[in-house]
Amino acid sequence: MPENILLINKLKKYFPTTERDRYVKAVDNVDLALKRGEILGVVGESGSGKSTIAYTVMGMYSPTSGQILFEGQDISCETSRRPMPVKKDLQIVFQDPGTSLNPQRNILQILELPLKVHRLADPDNTIRKVIELLEMVELSEEYLYKYPRALGGGERQLVAIARAMATGPKLMILDEPTSALDVSVQAKIVNTLIRLQSELGMSCLFITHDLSLMRNLAHRVAIMYLGKIMEVAPTQDFFERPLHPYTQMLLSSIPVISKEEETLKPDRITAHGEIPSPVDIPPGCRFHTRCTLAKDICFTQEPDAIQIGPNHSVSCHLFSED
Amino acid sequence: MANTILNVDGLHVGYRVYGGTLKVLDGIRLVMDAGEKIAVVGETGCGKTTTMKSIMGILPRQAVIRKGQINFKGRNLLTPGTEARGMRTIRPKGVSMVFQDPIAALNPVFTVGQQLSDVIKYSRGQTKQLSKQSVRDAAIEVLKLSALPDPERILTNYPFQLSGGMRQRVCIAMALSTAGDLLIADEPTTNLDVTIQDQVLRLIRNLVEEQGMSLALVTHSLGVARQMTDRIYIMYAGTMVEVAPTEGLFDKPFHPYTKGLLGSVPKLTGEGIGLGIPGRIPDYLKPPAGCRFYPRCEEALPECKDNKPELYDVGGGHRVACFLYR
Ligand SMILES: Nc1ncnc2c1ncn2[C@@H]1O[C@H](COP(=O)(O)OP(=O)(O)OP(=O)(O)O)[C@@H](O)[C@H]1O
Ligand SMILES: Nc1ncnc2c1ncn2[C@@H]1O[C@H](COP(=O)(O)OP(=O)(O)OP(=O)(O)O)[C@@H](O)[C@H]1O
Ligand code: SF4
Ligand SMILES: [Mg+2]
Ligand SMILES: [Mg+2]
Repeated sequence: MPENILLINKLKKYFPTTERDRYVKAVDNVDLALKRGEILGVVGESGSGKSTIAYTVMGMYSPTSGQILFEGQDISCETSRRPMPVKKDLQIVFQDPGTSLNPQRNILQILELPLKVHRLADPDNTIRKVIELLEMVELSEEYLYKYPRALGGGERQLVAIARAMATGPKLMILDEPTSALDVSVQAKIVNTLIRLQSELGMSCLFITHDLSLMRNLAHRVAIMYLGKIMEVAPTQDFFERPLHPYTQMLLSSIPVISKEEETLKPDRITAHGEIPSPVDIPPGCRFHTRCTLAKDICFTQEPDAIQIGPNHSVSCHLFSED
Repeated sequence: MANTILNVDGLHVGYRVYGGTLKVLDGIRLVMDAGEKIAVVGETGCGKTTTMKSIMGILPRQAVIRKGQINFKGRNLLTPGTEARGMRTIRPKGVSMVFQDPIAALNPVFTVGQQLSDVIKYSRGQTKQLSKQSVRDAAIEVLKLSALPDPERILTNYPFQLSGGMRQRVCIAMALSTAGDLLIADEPTTNLDVTIQDQVLRLIRNLVEEQGMSLALVTHSLGVARQMTDRIYIMYAGTMVEVAPTEGLFDKPFHPYTKGLLGSVPKLTGEGIGLGIPGRIPDYLKPPAGCRFYPRCEEALPECKDNKPELYDVGGGHRVACFLYR
C-alpha cells in the first residue's frame, strides 16, 4: 500500500477565456501529497485554485497536464471513466450548500441515492441507514421528507456532509464545509469529522478560509496563491514559524476575539497592491506585486520549493542559498 | 438623542409548510440609529436571513408576517393584510442588500457584465440617459472597488466560471452600486480569504462611514463582528437573546446561549475545538412555550419553561432576555 493516499504531480488546469490563446491558469504546476489518515488543510487566496484542485481530483474536470494518483492508481481522467470503487472511496462536500442538493428531491431521496448506487443497504433497511446518517450530523428524523429549499444554509450543508459519509469514503474532500455554519454547529461537525476520521482512518483534504479552525484541526497546512502552493508545513510550525511573506500577511489579517489571540498574530501587514489575475500571472515570483520584502531576483525568476525542515517547504527567494 | 433609522418591533414571521406553519420569528426587536453599525449573530437557521428579508420586503411566497412593525425612516413598511396571507409589505427605498447565497442571487444564464449593467442602469438611469460605455466603466469601477482582479474578464464570465469568493464580491459590487441609507450584508465575506476579507470589510466600512450609511452585518464570525461593529445582537431560534455594545459582549457575555457560542469559537491558541452547545434548534412547528432556549439550557429556572423572558437591562447598554438577570 502506498504511503500517500493521494499524490498530485505537476498538476495544471487551464480554462479558456473569450480571447484566443489566453487562459485562466487556475492551477499552475501543483505538487501535493496527502498521507493516509491525515487531515491536510488547504488555505489561500480566494480564486487561487483550491476548488479547481478539488474538482479535478474528483474528476469533474480533466487536468490540462500532470497526474493524480489515488492509492497508487492513476485517476487523471474524468469521473465517467473511473472505476466504481474509486468513486465510492472518494467523496466531496461542496462549498455552496445551495446548489449541491437536488431541489426536486427530499432529504430521504437525496441520502438513499448513494446507498442504492453503491448497493450499501437492503431495500428494507434503507430508511434506517438514512436516519443513522442524519443522526451522525445531529439532524432528527423530521428532516426525512423536507426539501432542501426549506432548510437553512447550515442545515443543507449538514445534509451534504451526511450524503458524503454515506459510502464510507477513504478520502473526503471538504471544500469550505462549514463556512455557512455558525461556530457552535461548526464545532459539532468538526468534532464529528475528527471522530470519524480517526475511527475510520479516513483521510481528508480540508479547504477553508478559517485559519483559527485550521489551527485546531489540520495535521499539515498547504497555502496557495494564484495557482501555486507557496508553503507547506506541519500546523504548529505554520502558525508559530510562518516563513512565506504571503503566509505572514494572511496570519496577520485573521479576525480574532481576544487580546490574547491578537498577540499570537504577526504584526499587521496591510494587504496592498493590485490583486493579480490568473490570466496574466506576474513574472518571477507571482507574489512580488504584493510583497513588501521583494528583492531584484523576485521580479524575474520564479522561486523553487525549498525544503526547510522535514515536512516544511517554502517557495520564496528569501530562503534560497545564494 | 440619536436619530433612529430602523425600528423593528414585535415581528412575528412564519412559513407555511406541509403540516402547519413554522413559527420562526417570535417577536424580533431590532433598533438602529443612523450611521450605526450593528452585527446580527446566531445559530444556523435562527432566522437572521428571514429578519433581513422582512426588512427588504422580499420574503418568499410561503412566508407569513403575523404581526409586528417595521419602521424605516419614520415610515411604516407593514400594512394589515388578510388572516391567511399575513401582513403586506412595502419595499423600502434606500436599502440595499448583499445576499448570503451568491449562486441564488446571480442569474446563471447572463454574464456578470449584463447583470451588473442592469443594476447600474436601474439605479442611476431613471434620471439620466447613460451611454453603454459609461455603464461599462461604472461596472468595472465597482468590481475594482470590490477587490476583484481583472474586471474586464469577469464582465464576460458567467457565474459558474468564477470562484466562490469572486461570486460573492460580484454580489457586493452590485449592492454597493445601489447603496443608499442602509446596507444589509448577509454573510458578505464567508467565502473570502482573510486578506481579501479584510480589504472588502475595509471597503464596506469606509463607504458606510463616508456616506453616513448604517450597516446591518449578519455574520457567523464573531471576530469579524468584533472588528466591524458598534453593537451586536445575538439571536437564537427567532428571538433576540442579547444585545450589547461590542466590547461589552466579549468582556462579559450573559445569556447562556451567548456563553456557549463564544466557547465554540476556534482559537488561535490551538487549544482544540469546543464541544458546541448540546441539543439542537427547536422544531418551529411546535416551538417551546417559554424561553426558546429552555430545552438546551443548563442554567434554566422553573419559570423558563412556560414564560417568555423580556430583554432585561444589565447596565452599560447591555440587555439580556433571560430570567437569570431579571
Ligand atoms: N469552469 C470554469 N471556467 C473558467 N474559469 C474558471 C472555471 N472554474 C474556475 N475558474 C477560474 O479559476 C480560478 C480559480 O477558481 P477556484 O474556484 O479554483 O478558486 P478557489 O481557490 O476555490 O477560490 P475561493 O476561495 O474563492 O472559492 C478563478 O480565477 C476562476 O475564475
Ligand atoms: N422558504 C422557506 N420555506 C420554509 N421554511 C423556511 C423557508 N426559508 C427559511 N425557512 C426556515 O426558517 C428558519 C430560518 O431560516 P433563515 O434562513 O432565516 O435562517 P438563518 O439564521 O439565516 O440561517 P443561516 O445561518 O443558516 O443562514 C429555518 O429553520 C428554515 O428552515
Ligand atoms: S520570492 Fe520575493 S516576492 Fe516572492 S514572496 Fe519571497 S520575497 Fe516576496
Ligand atoms: Mg473555492
Ligand atoms: Mg441566512
